[in-house]
Amino acid sequence: MNLTAVDWLLMAVYFAFVLGIGLVLKRYVKSSSDFFLAGRSLPAWICGLAFLSANLGAQEVIGMAASGAKYGIATSHFYWIGAIPAMVFVGVFMMPFYYGSRARSVPEYLRLRFDEKTRGLNAISFAVMTVFSSGISMYAMAKLIQAMHILDVPFARLGVPTAWTFHFSILLSALIVLGYIFLGGLTSAIYNEVLQFFLIVAGFLPLVFLGLKNVGGWSGLKQQLPTAFTHSWQGMSSAHTNPFGVDAFGLVMGLGFVLSFGYWCTDFLVIQRAMAADSMGAARRTPLIAALPKMVFPLLVILPGMIAIALPNPAATTMNAGTGQMQVLNRGGKGLIPAKVDQITGAPKLDSNGKPILDYDLAIPNMLIHYFPTGILGLGLTALLASFMSGMAGNVTAFNTVWTYDIYQSYINPNAKDAHYLWMGRVATVFGIALSVAAAYAASRFNNIMDFLQLVFAFVNAPLFATFLLGMFWKRTTGHGAFFGLLSGTAAAAIHQGLTLPLGASVGIKGGWLGAVHTYPSEMAQNFWTAIWAWCVCFVVTILISLLTRAHEEKDLVGLVYSLTEKPSEEHLAWYLRPAVLGAIVIGMAVTLNLIFW
Amino acid sequence: MGLDIRTPIGLMFAVFGAILTSYGLLSDRAIYVRSLGINVNLVWGLTLLAFGAGMLLLGMRRRQSSKKSAAGSRAEPVSPGGRSRT
Repeated sequence: MNLTAVDWLLMAVYFAFVLGIGLVLKRYVKSSSDFFLAGRSLPAWICGLAFLSANLGAQEVIGMAASGAKYGIATSHFYWIGAIPAMVFVGVFMMPFYYGSRARSVPEYLRLRFDEKTRGLNAISFAVMTVFSSGISMYAMAKLIQAMHILDVPFARLGVPTAWTFHFSILLSALIVLGYIFLGGLTSAIYNEVLQFFLIVAGFLPLVFLGLKNVGGWSGLKQQLPTAFTHSWQGMSSAHTNPFGVDAFGLVMGLGFVLSFGYWCTDFLVIQRAMAADSMGAARRTPLIAALPKMVFPLLVILPGMIAIALPNPAATTMNAGTGQMQVLNRGGKGLIPAKVDQITGAPKLDSNGKPILDYDLAIPNMLIHYFPTGILGLGLTALLASFMSGMAGNVTAFNTVWTYDIYQSYINPNAKDAHYLWMGRVATVFGIALSVAAAYAASRFNNIMDFLQLVFAFVNAPLFATFLLGMFWKRTTGHGAFFGLLSGTAAAAIHQGLTLPLGASVGIKGGWLGAVHTYPSEMAQNFWTAIWAWCVCFVVTILISLLTRAHEEKDLVGLVYSLTEKPSEEHLAWYLRPAVLGAIVIGMAVTLNLIFW
Repeated sequence: MGLDIRTPIGLMFAVFGAILTSYGLLSDRAIYVRSLGINVNLVWGLTLLAFGAGMLLLGMRRRQSSKKSAAGSRAEPVSPGGRSRT
C-alpha cells in the first residue's frame, strides 16, 4: 500500500491528541479513586460512549465485517437480540446495585454480596483474561499492519527490514496505550475512547456511503446477494436452514440471553465505565445511551462486509508495496474477499468440497484500500488503529483496577496509604502492558495455545450471569452457593464441549475429547449450547447449595439485593432522563430494526 | 473534571477537516477514480470541519455558562446533546 505524506500527517495528529489528553489530565489525578474510577465525576453521555467504545476493539470491527461477508445481515443478531436487551437490563435493573453499593469493581461487589472466595475466583480469572485479551488485540493489530503493508515503504526508505514491522507495531501500540493510561488513568482511557468512537464513525461512514453508492443502494445490494443475506430471521426456525446452523431457540437463549447478558451485565471492562459516572442516574443511563449508537453500528461494520462480498468478481485490488502498481490479487476469491493462500505453493487453499477458503477478516482492510484515495485513506486507517487501541486500553484499565483493589489491596498489602495504591495502579499499568506484549508474542508463536485459552475463558464466563442474577434478585443466595455454582457451571461447559463436535470438525480443540455423543451443524451452535448448559447448571447448583447453607443476615444485604434495597427515585428527573423510559425506547427501536430486516 | 472532552474532540476534527479539505482542493482529480469520481477528501473534510467547529462551540458555551453560575455550585451536566453523529 502506498501512503502519502497527508495520510501520515493525519495519523500523527491523532497520536498527538491521544497522548496530549493524557498529559493534560495528569494534573487532575490526585487519588487512587481519580485513577481507577475517574473520581466518579463523568456525565452519562461520556461514560455511555466509552462503554460502547471499550468493546469496539479489533474483534468487533474486523470480526463483524467478516461475519457480515460470511453470513450477511443475520450478523445483526449479535446487536439487536444480543447486546441491546442486555444493555437495557444492566442499566435499568443491575446498575442500582453496582453503583449503589459503592463497590469499586465487579469482583468487589461479589465480596460484598457473597464472600472472599467468590471474589478471588472472579478477580483472578478476570485479571488473567484481560491481559490475554489485550495481548490478542495487539497481535491482531500487528498482523494487520503486516498484511496491509502499511509500513513497507517507510521501512524500505529507512533501510529497516520489513520483518521488523511486527515488532515495531507491537512496541508502538504498547507505548501509546501505556502513555495515556499511565498519565491520566481511567479518565484518560475514557476520554480517548470517546475520541475513538467519533473517529471510527468518521472513518467508516464515508466507506459505507461509497460502497452503497457503488452497488446501487440497499436494493442493489439485495439483488447481488442471496436472499438469506439480507433477511436476518429467514430460515431461523430450524438449525439446518440458516447459515448460522442455529435454531431460533438456541439463538435467543444462547446468544441473546446467556452470552450477551453474561458479557454486558457482568464484565468489569464495560461496567467500570458506568461506575465512573457522576450520579446514580448517570450510571444507569450509561448503558442505555450506549445502546442508541450500538443499534446502528451494524450499518457501519456489517454493511461493508456485505458490500465487499457483493461486488463483481474479481475486484480485489491492492497496491504493490514496492512498485506502487495495482495488482489483481483475487485468485479464487469473491468480490473484495480474497481466498486464503497457501504460503508454500501460492495457490488458494481449498476446503473439503474443493471450494477456496475465503479470508473474511480482510473485508474491511480491502474495502478501505479499494474505495479510499490517499488523504481519507489515512483517516480510515487511523480509525482502524483507534479501534484496536480502545479495545486494548479497556482491558488495561480493567486489569490495573482489579489487580490493585481486588488482588493487591485484598491479599498482599491491605493497609497502605491511598497514595501507595495510586502508585501501584501505575505500576500495574506498566506490567499489565508488558504481560500483554508477552501474550502477543505467545500468540504469534503458538496459535493453538491462544485458541485453547479463549476456550477456557468461554467456560469461565458462561455461567457468570446466573450467579449475578441470583445474587441480585434472590436474597437467599449464599456465598458457598455462588462459588460452587460457578465452578460447576464452568465444569459443565467443559464437559459439554468435550462431548460434542461441530459438523466436519475433528476431535481436539473443537470438542469431542471425551467422546463425541452429539454433532452440531456449526461451531456457533456448539458454542451457544455450551453456554446454555453452563448457565443452567450454575443456576441450579447455586440454588441447591444456597438452600443447604446458612443464609446471610438481611441487614448485611441492604443495597446489594433487589428486595432489600430502596428503589432509586426518579421523580425529580425529566422523563427523557429516566432509565425505565429510555430502556423502553431502546427496546422499541431494537424490535423495529428486527422487523425492518426480517 | 477540568477538561471538557468536547474541546479536544472539536480541535482534532477541525484539524482533520482542515487537512482533508485543503488536500481535496490541491490534489489531482485522477486519484478519485477509486472513490467513484467523488472528491471525498473535500466533501468529508468540510463535514468534519463543521463537526469539529460544532463541538468546539459546545465546549466553549459550557465553559462560559459554568463561569457564570457561581463557582462551587455543582451544575447538572448539560443534556447529552453531544451524542450527535457526523
